[in-house]
Amino acid sequence: MVKVIVYPPTSTILADLVDRMGHEPLVIANEIRKKIDTPSLESPPLNITPEDPKKGLKYAAVDVPSGVRGRMSLIGPMIDEAEAAIIVEDNNCLVGCTGCARTNELTRLLIKIKGIPFIELKYPRDDGEARRFVHEIRMFLEGLK
Amino acid sequence: MIRIAQLSCGAEYSGIQSELERAAEIVGAKMISPEVSLDDVMDVERRFGVSVPSGDLNLIMARATRLVQNPELADAVFIATCFRCAEGAIVRGEVRRYIHEHSRLPVLSYSFTERTTAETLLTRMEALVTTARMRGLLARERQTGLTAGIDSGSTTTKAVIMRDNQIIGTGWVPTTEVIKSAEEAFQQALQESGVKREEIQGIGVTGYGRFLVGKHFDAKLVQEEITVNSKGAVFLANAQKGPATVIDIGGMDNKAISVQDGVPGSFTMGGICAGASGRFLELTARRLGVNITDLGKLALKGSYKNVPMNSYCIVFGTQSLVNSLSKGARPEDVAMAACHSVAEQVFEQQLQEVEVKQPVIMVGGTSLIEGLPRAMEDLLGIDVIVPSHAQYIGAVGAALLVSGMLEV
Repeated sequence: MVKVIVYPPTSTILADLVDRMGHEPLVIANEIRKKIDTPSLESPPLNITPEDPKKGLKYAAVDVPSGVRGRMSLIGPMIDEAEAAIIVEDNNCLVGCTGCARTNELTRLLIKIKGIPFIELKYPRDDGEARRFVHEIRMFLEGLK
Repeated sequence: MIRIAQLSCGAEYSGIQSELERAAEIVGAKMISPEVSLDDVMDVERRFGVSVPSGDLNLIMARATRLVQNPELADAVFIATCFRCAEGAIVRGEVRRYIHEHSRLPVLSYSFTERTTAETLLTRMEALVTTARMRGLLARERQTGLTAGIDSGSTTTKAVIMRDNQIIGTGWVPTTEVIKSAEEAFQQALQESGVKREEIQGIGVTGYGRFLVGKHFDAKLVQEEITVNSKGAVFLANAQKGPATVIDIGGMDNKAISVQDGVPGSFTMGGICAGASGRFLELTARRLGVNITDLGKLALKGSYKNVPMNSYCIVFGTQSLVNSLSKGARPEDVAMAACHSVAEQVFEQQLQEVEVKQPVIMVGGTSLIEGLPRAMEDLLGIDVIVPSHAQYIGAVGAALLVSGMLEV
């Protein structure tokens, strides 16, 4: 079983594909769940505190906006942990954890330079593309040890 | 309860969402998010005129469009994006302009970091809520009866006595102990007006020390300086109808307010460094060995082009000051360079956050340093008005507004 980070890290469809192929998907929902389930934190709705953008300094310099660093405090540890990655480009509308284009660029960059196996695909626009999309991901996941 | 529509990107991930909500709660408001559909966000290019790579910024534009179409959804708007985000700054400016032009909703624009706290936002939020809640009072154009206004500022404390729309007494003292200084300024104003304390029908207070001073004087009006100063400015400049822009460079911070018919529309308040405030000019005057009241006249004889200076940070600004003097720069050039540097920062940081519409009115004690309005005129390319009694603007605004409360 390999730990696979998916991009966008909010994609439940990609996470499900990874899970079905017997690997562990690394998705942001799990990181958020950890935050929300942590007792004694009181910074709703996500329980992200001003300390989190400081943790994000590991991935981005202090002159990078706090929103990027705060997001990176969630996504960065997932990239650290990842052993493989699936990157899907041209997503229609990303908001929330993936609502910042700069964070998304940094996420893709850090995944690509990590030296782990990754597959990069375009978001499918029709039924035929969707079938090829799933097939390519399945082949990639089957090839992971 | 005043409803403030929050149009923001990055607030939750900066860990400051709870601070925004706390600031709103303190001033009797709540943050709301106008609902939009996915189609609204996808359609933002056609409806708003542009779309950007960041989805959360497109969401801001979709929400702005919804607010313009349904202004009854909120009483005021708070637009905020991350500090140092270029994409966010462009969208923030455009959304502010769009709402300002297409609705009557008051707008506050702000860029935050993870260090932003409820306390940092309090004066701004208070002004936003006041503008939404007290529109009728803010539309007041004449002072009636016998009222007093006290402006307890960070550097100086000012007081005025007004009777039937005229200023009949003024007081101005450096702020030391907040209440003591307020008492002194008030006494000066009473003495000049020949009015007895017990004759005053109502007192309005503003400025940093307003809560303490308000309690001491049992003031009928205790109000932040953004709304009060803009009211005082348009009153003294006789610009109560139509648009106006008020610039107030204070001892510790500065404010830029876009006013329509005497009511603040959009505004911003800065104060990243004392280098962009009257404090730097005070320091310059001391270093040049001149009185602060003579610095402006000296500056008018010089040219900023002869002295490189950037007071973005007061420490570096002082360094430039010392270096240029040691290289033999003329004091008048240094004085003008200091004025230009402060004006340039307000121009770059604050005036980009509001709609600059004529007349531009400069107020506060710093507006009397002649080099400063001159530098602002150069930067804006338009004439700047410095009304009489410009240094008493907050006190005048407070005396004017409190007179409206006497009739309630």
